[in-house]
Amino acid sequence: MGEIFVVVEHRKGEVREITYQMLHKADQLCRELSDDLTAIVMGGKDDVPLNEVAKRADRVIAVEDERVKDFNADLYKETLKELIEEHRPLLTLMAHSAYGMDLAPSLSIQTGYPLATDCVDVLIEDGRLKVLRQIYAGKLFSKVSFKDSKGYLITVREGAFPPEAGGKRRGELTRQGLPADLPEPRKQFVAFEDAGAGEVDISQAELLVSVGRGIGEKENVAILEELAERMGGTLSCSRPVVDKNWLPKYHQVGTSGKTVKPRVYLAFGISGAFQHIAGIAGAGTVIAVNKDKKAPIFRVADYGVTEDLFKIVEALKTELAK
Amino acid sequence: MNIIVCVKRVPLTQEVDLEIDPKKNEVRKEMLAYAINEWDNYAVEEAVRLKEKFQGDVTAITIGDEDDEEVLRRCLAMGADRALRIDPGALDLDAFVISKILAEVIGNLEYDLILTGVQTDDMNNGAVGIMLAEHLGVAHAAVVIGIEPEANGVKLRLELEGGTDEVSTIKLPAVLSIQTGINEPRYVSIMGIRKAAKKELRVTPADALHLSPDDLSPRTRIEAVFFPPETAGAEIIDGDPATIAGRILRIIKEKGGRV
Repeated sequence: MGEIFVVVEHRKGEVREITYQMLHKADQLCRELSDDLTAIVMGGKDDVPLNEVAKRADRVIAVEDERVKDFNADLYKETLKELIEEHRPLLTLMAHSAYGMDLAPSLSIQTGYPLATDCVDVLIEDGRLKVLRQIYAGKLFSKVSFKDSKGYLITVREGAFPPEAGGKRRGELTRQGLPADLPEPRKQFVAFEDAGAGEVDISQAELLVSVGRGIGEKENVAILEELAERMGGTLSCSRPVVDKNWLPKYHQVGTSGKTVKPRVYLAFGISGAFQHIAGIAGAGTVIAVNKDKKAPIFRVADYGVTEDLFKIVEALKTELAK
Repeated sequence: MNIIVCVKRVPLTQEVDLEIDPKKNEVRKEMLAYAINEWDNYAVEEAVRLKEKFQGDVTAITIGDEDDEEVLRRCLAMGADRALRIDPGALDLDAFVISKILAEVIGNLEYDLILTGVQTDDMNNGAVGIMLAEHLGVAHAAVVIGIEPEANGVKLRLELEGGTDEVSTIKLPAVLSIQTGINEPRYVSIMGIRKAAKKELRVTPADALHLSPDDLSPRTRIEAVFFPPETAGAEIIDGDPATIAGRILRIIKEKGGRV
């Protein structure tokens, strides 16, 4: 019987939701392959609550040391390499997150195991492991196979799987320390900082008028801001608008910005990268205006408009003035 | 501070109807327009800013064919001092092979920092930079949105999820994968590109490198590409702008909005 590893992702003493999503998929794969599910938690002593993880895994290996209280790719990599050499898991799942993007590629080189990143599904086809991932900014899917290896590494996209427990597992807990003689990590955690505090809280808004790259230039933000005001809504935006310094970060919707839950989300010129769509999952009704008929946002929107957005903005202003 | 920045030319796919290649494992590229990968553009800007502040030089590297030299010329116009194109010939490239080729070339160069984009817009791997660091045996950090040199290394700001940043320190040399928004990349004019034509642009074929068949053997292979499965999707509102606007306002009212 083989094993599947899930690397638990946690921050500030909380297990992140992506962990349960990975455990859900791992549970499914373990049933298919008659494998055991092992969750690996690296953290400070008693720092990470393990109850929910233990319900979803056959074995929990807690690696406890103050040096890994906060994520550290150097120490994670050395420890996981040892655990992988000892247990030989067929598959190790990690989050496709800022942490996972720092860890997984280096672990892949260290172990020699092939890596597929940002996967939205994991399949067994004719006894072979394959993954599905999105390419070309989400416009296409690809099915990817691996070079033959004793084990494989996969990073999982946040939101790709549900977080619910798939079945009851025995949750045997073992505790251990970091491997001996680890070199001092080259990167050191200093502090967390809040990136997005500001004068507007878009997460509480009932009506969001949201702008994306499609508005063309900074000067046009004012046109949409005026519309938001007249509609009694709040102005929000997608990532490129913040990257270009057209609006401050606290307006940003998405995984690296804020998760929002308005009754109505009115999106102008937003193509709908998955990071953005993940942020509007809780919106009541989504109305998207975008000239690109194939824009991914139309796959999640309730209503779509493929006209020039400025014509629609002007028409809305005229209608509101009546 | 000597900086190497790795860049890629990628097809622009926004507002484009992609078509799948007859081989079913790639898109048809002949009709597509290309540009520098957006993340890489920020990485180049960051490299040039660091050079302007702390001296040193910037080398831009790409793996690609002759057409891809246009992104290197753009890097030179932005302020890189020299450029290097590694011609992969007919090699099959995945993130692993790309990182191996880069490591073989960069291993012979002098550097304090290597910058890459977090990911590319086409293949979306987000793995090459950190794999490269591991081959070279140097420190690494991902999703960097701030770089501040200090006495013993560099202070970094990293973008985590959910509006939280991490501040950390890292020893040099290091590979950093750069996130969009870290700076405002400068405008590049045709004149600027012309002026930069005098700068050095060297070409090395990948088969001249000392790489083994295993180094050049992809770890992953795209078997097939396909369009996302059809969903119910949005109900498209048609009509003239006034009709559409009227409908949008009615929908908002129905959903309990006060307009």
